[in-house]
Amino acid sequence: MQTDWMVVLEFLPALLSGALITIQITVFGLVGGVVLGGIAGLMRAFGGPVLNLIAFTYIEIIRGTPIVVQVMFLYFALPVLAEVRIDPMSAAILAILINAGAYIAEIVRGALLSIGRGLSEAGLALGLPRWKVLLYIVGPLAFRRLIPPLGNQFIVSLKDTSLFIVIGVGELTRTGQEIMASNFRAVEIWSAVAVIYLIMTGTLSLILRMIERRMRIL
Amino acid sequence: MSIIQFQKTSKHFGTLKVLDEVDLAIEQGEVVVLVGPSGSGKSTLLRCINGLERITSGDLIVDGLSVTGGSSQLRQIRQEAGMVFQQFNLFPQLTALENVAFGPRKVRGASLKEAEQQARELLVKVGLVEKASQYPAELSGGQQQRVAIARALAIKPRVMLFDEPTSALDPELKQEVLTVMRDLAREGMTMVVVTHEMNFAKQVGTRLIFMEHGTIAVDGNPVDVIDHPPNQRMKEFLQRVE
Ligand SMILES: Nc1ncnc2c1ncn2[C@@H]1O[C@H](COP(=O)(O)OP(=O)(O)OP(=O)(O)O)[C@@H](O)[C@H]1O
Ligand SMILES: [Mg+2]
Repeated sequence: MQTDWMVVLEFLPALLSGALITIQITVFGLVGGVVLGGIAGLMRAFGGPVLNLIAFTYIEIIRGTPIVVQVMFLYFALPVLAEVRIDPMSAAILAILINAGAYIAEIVRGALLSIGRGLSEAGLALGLPRWKVLLYIVGPLAFRRLIPPLGNQFIVSLKDTSLFIVIGVGELTRTGQEIMASNFRAVEIWSAVAVIYLIMTGTLSLILRMIERRMRIL
Repeated sequence: MSIIQFQKTSKHFGTLKVLDEVDLAIEQGEVVVLVGPSGSGKSTLLRCINGLERITSGDLIVDGLSVTGGSSQLRQIRQEAGMVFQQFNLFPQLTALENVAFGPRKVRGASLKEAEQQARELLVKVGLVEKASQYPAELSGGQQQRVAIARALAIKPRVMLFDEPTSALDPELKQEVLTVMRDLAREGMTMVVVTHEMNFAKQVGTRLIFMEHGTIAVDGNPVDVIDHPPNQRMKEFLQRVE
C-alpha cells in the first residue's frame, strides 16, 4: 500500500485541536490532582487514625481499579445513582483528578516520611509549632524529592487521557480514530498521533528536567 | 526556685517503664553530666525536659512552667531550653548562617537583618564565621555540631540540653566541640549533658548523675564519684567507657 503523508497536513488542524483538548484535560485534572493528592498525602503522613483511614480507603479504591472503569462510573453510573449528569469533558477532567490524586497522595506521603525525624525534632526543639516545622523544614525538603516521581505521574496521566475515547471526549486519540474511520489512512494518522503525544510528553519531561537541575536534591 | 524540677516523673513507652518516679532539681548555673548504660533512660530524661517526649505521670517544671501544659506552653519551654543532638540535625537546605538565624526569624519573629547580625555574632563565638555561607554538607562533623550549638543559642535559652554531642565525631573533632561547651559553661550557662567524656565531666561538670533502669543511682560531685564510684555497677560502667 502507498503511504501519503500529505493527508497528515490536511488533518493537522483537527489533530491539533484534539491535542489541545488532551492538554486541557491533563492540566485541569492535574492541578486538582496535586491539590487532592497533597491533602490526602498529608492525611496519610500526619493525620490521626480517622483521617488516615479515609485517605487510605480512597487511595486503595482508585489504585485497585482501572481508570477506564473510573471514568465509566463517573459518566454513566453516577447519573443513575445521584441524578447528576456531567458532560464528557468534566467527567474526563474529574477522572484524571481523582485518579492522579491517589497516586500523588502516595508520592507526597513517601516524600514527607523520607525526611528524617531528627530535622522535625530540631525545629520543634527551637519552639516552632508543628505547622511551621512542616512549612519551613519538612515541606521544602520533601518538595525536592517529590519532583521526579511527580513528573512521572504527570506523563502517565497525560497518556491516560487517551482512554477517554470510551466516553467520546474529542481528545487526540479520539480525533485520530475519527479521521481514520473516514479515510482509512492508518499508518499516516496513527504515526502523526504518536508524534504529537511524543512532543507533549517530551516537552513535559524537558520542563521537569530543568526544574530538577535547578533544585539540589538534599 | 530550681530551673528544672522533676517531681516523681515517670515515662512509659507502652509497658516499658523508662523513667521511674525521678526526683531531681537542677539549679541555675549547674553543669549536670548524665551518664549511664545504654537504655538507662538518659536521652529520655533529657527529651522530657523540652517536651520532645511527654511524661506519663508526676510533674516536671522547667523555668516555672509544667511540661504537662498545652502546646503553647510547651513552645515557651522549648525557647528556654535549647537542645543539641547527637546527629547535629542541621537544616540541609540552609547555610550555616541561615541555620542559626532560623530560630529567631521563625520563632521570635525577628527581622532578617537583626537575626543575621545576631547569627554572625554566634558564629564568631563558635569560631565559624568564615563558614557562614557554607551548607551543612560542606562542613565537617565538628563544624556542623558547633553550628548546631549556635543555632540552639540563637533563641536565647536559659538552659542547654546536650544529647551525646560528640558521639558521632572522630576523636580529633570532639575537642573543638567540647571547647565550645566549656566556654559556654564558663559564661554561666545552665547545662545538662549526656556524654561519655569523663574528662569533660571532671573538668567542667559541677554535678554527675549516673542513671540505671530509669532511676538516678548516683548523684554527686564529678571528681569524687568518678574517682571513687560509690556503687559497683557504676565502677564497671566507668571501666567500660574509659
Ligand atoms: N520512642 C520510643 N519508643 C519505644 N521505646 C523507646 C523509645 N525511645 C526510647 N525507648 C526505649 O527506652 C529505653 C531508654 O531509652 P533512652 O534512649 O532514653 O536510653 P539512653 O540511656 O539514652 O541509651 P543510649 O546510651 O543508648 O542512648 C530504651 O529501652 C529504649 O529502647
Ligand atoms: Mg541516648
